[in-house]
Amino acid sequence: MSTATQSTLQASSPDQDPVRVEQRLPRFAPLGLFLAGIALGAGLSALTGFSVTSTIIYGVILGTLAVYVASRAVEGRRKATDRLVTSLVTTAFGIAMIPLVSLVYTVLDRGLARLDADFFQASMFRVVGEGGGAYHAILGTLIITALATAISVPIGLMTAIYLVEYGTGRLKKSITFFVDVMTGIPSIVAGLFSFALFTLLFGNQVRLGVMGAVALSVLMIPVVVRSCEEVLKLVPNELREAAYALGVPKWRTVVKVVLPTAIAGLGTGITLSIARVIGETAPLLITVGLITGTNFNPFDGRMATLPVFAYYQLTQPGTATQAFLDRAWTAALLLIILVMALNIVARLISRFFAPKTGR
Amino acid sequence: MAKRIEVSDLNIYYGNFLAVEGVNVSIEPRSITALIGPSGCGKSTFLRSINRMHEVLPGARVEGKVVMDGQDLYGADVDPVNVRRQIGMVFQRPNPFPTMSIADNVIAGNRLNNKGMKKSDAADLVEKSLRGANLWNEVKDRLDRPGSSLSGGQQQRLCIARAIAVEPDVLLMDEPCSALDPISTLAIEDLMAELKERFTIVIVTHNMQQAARVSEQTGFFNLNGVGQPGRLIEFNPTEKIFSNPDQKATEDYISGRFG
Ligand SMILES: Nc1ncnc2c1ncn2[C@@H]1O[C@H](COP(=O)(O)OP(=O)(O)O)[C@@H](O)[C@H]1O
Ligand SMILES: [Mg+2]
Repeated sequence: MSTATQSTLQASSPDQDPVRVEQRLPRFAPLGLFLAGIALGAGLSALTGFSVTSTIIYGVILGTLAVYVASRAVEGRRKATDRLVTSLVTTAFGIAMIPLVSLVYTVLDRGLARLDADFFQASMFRVVGEGGGAYHAILGTLIITALATAISVPIGLMTAIYLVEYGTGRLKKSITFFVDVMTGIPSIVAGLFSFALFTLLFGNQVRLGVMGAVALSVLMIPVVVRSCEEVLKLVPNELREAAYALGVPKWRTVVKVVLPTAIAGLGTGITLSIARVIGETAPLLITVGLITGTNFNPFDGRMATLPVFAYYQLTQPGTATQAFLDRAWTAALLLIILVMALNIVARLISRFFAPKTGR
Repeated sequence: MAKRIEVSDLNIYYGNFLAVEGVNVSIEPRSITALIGPSGCGKSTFLRSINRMHEVLPGARVEGKVVMDGQDLYGADVDPVNVRRQIGMVFQRPNPFPTMSIADNVIAGNRLNNKGMKKSDAADLVEKSLRGANLWNEVKDRLDRPGSSLSGGQQQRLCIARAIAVEPDVLLMDEPCSALDPISTLAIEDLMAELKERFTIVIVTHNMQQAARVSEQTGFFNLNGVGQPGRLIEFNPTEKIFSNPDQKATEDYISGRFG
């Protein structure tokens, strides 16, 4: 049999086909049908007094149905199910995006007004109305977060190294368990812990930047442990054995082979854990308090931080209410920008420090 | 300097599981000893117990004696780290350090142990070891590229260069060619023939032709059934093993009548 006749036979008789030829919807038909569904939804919504929300709800349901029915009729059951699930998944994604988009929009809309040079240069010292800025709060947040990082990273990283490289049996299991418990501690409890600790040490009425750093560390350590542990586990055992076989002691193997191999992941994990605590409000509210002037010394008296700054601007506006609200929104915007910048830094770290394959 | 290794009554355990039982063998210096046998009979386990790599696994332990130059390697006052400096190892899968360049991989044994070296000494050692591993000509123009940029066979020779750069007395190789193509395999076999002038070499291989080609002595490991310990059934000159073995099991295995 020649190939030509074979291929005509294949097209005509489905029983013998090695690969079944299937009817497909034209390329843009599903999108067209979906848009038609949306249009119908708009019409339906207009019947009961037009609104965007009901248009989208009716439209998505009708559009999905239209695509499913058409696909079922033309393409068969498997393909139709595929399209139905694709629509459902996309819809779920859309729903998940709604709060994010709405939040970013609102914060940008209200926060951009005061995102000026003054906001970065002025503190709230002797400001009761308009003007002023968050210079003191920005620096306070940076100092306290840096201090919390300096406390958490050594403890967290070493705990992770212990768990992956050295730990066995009961002790390892219980450390893992308590780290898991710590992950779930409400942030206000971490704040109260630090508050109680420093009150015991230094008496009543003590308010220090370092108290906030300790509270943040309680929240940060379990995150650092968890992410570093996962990353260290990914380092292939073969590399450890290669080092042992060269007569390298275990601790040197950890320091010079395991950590450098995992450095990208460790950097990423630590950066994300900083992002996790930089916006914490409650623990700072009760441990660090707030001042209107600038204080760079975390070991002496109250400090301002962005989240607490935003909180007080919002809850205790003075006479010029709008000016206070504007500053609160701008502080919120700045926090979001900080967290986003940290996420970008994390991505850059994992890009640039990853072991090079050279291919 | 190549050294003789005497193993007596060696039992090797993973936790409570006796994996290898009652090994008695004497490994000659400046020769290649091949270990053959079916999968799971304990060849790797035995090999790793010679340089005390076995005990890095949790629960793994050893009974018996491994004596090198009159010194029991499992003696109470012997540091396993020192044993591993004298007995190098090449693994089944090439495992160069991904964070290091080709040159740094070669001198990793010195660098990781913080041995101070002059730049020129380091460069000499890199060249000497890479020449020793027959890799110099292929990589001399790209010594600062990552080790993982090489092909599988080149990576394995890089690992051999890394192992011989610390000047061990003995070189253990666990199926060093099983992940390689025939040409790289030949390159490594040639290399072994050169290396045996300076080192005592023990090689585990699944490839009986390879054992016949490269080794002077051959040991045949076998086990009676799943869950039973592996044993060294026969240890004889390679020629004898492949022409006229003492044991019926050995003859069955090398002629393919197995299982
Ligand atoms: N890490 C380990 N933990 C427990 N048992 C092991 C481990 N590695 C190997 N074994 C057991 O030891 C026996 C010998 O294995 P191995 O030395 O790898 O055999 P071979 O290298 O000859 O194929 C096998 O029964 C295997 O299941
Ligand atoms: Mg093996």
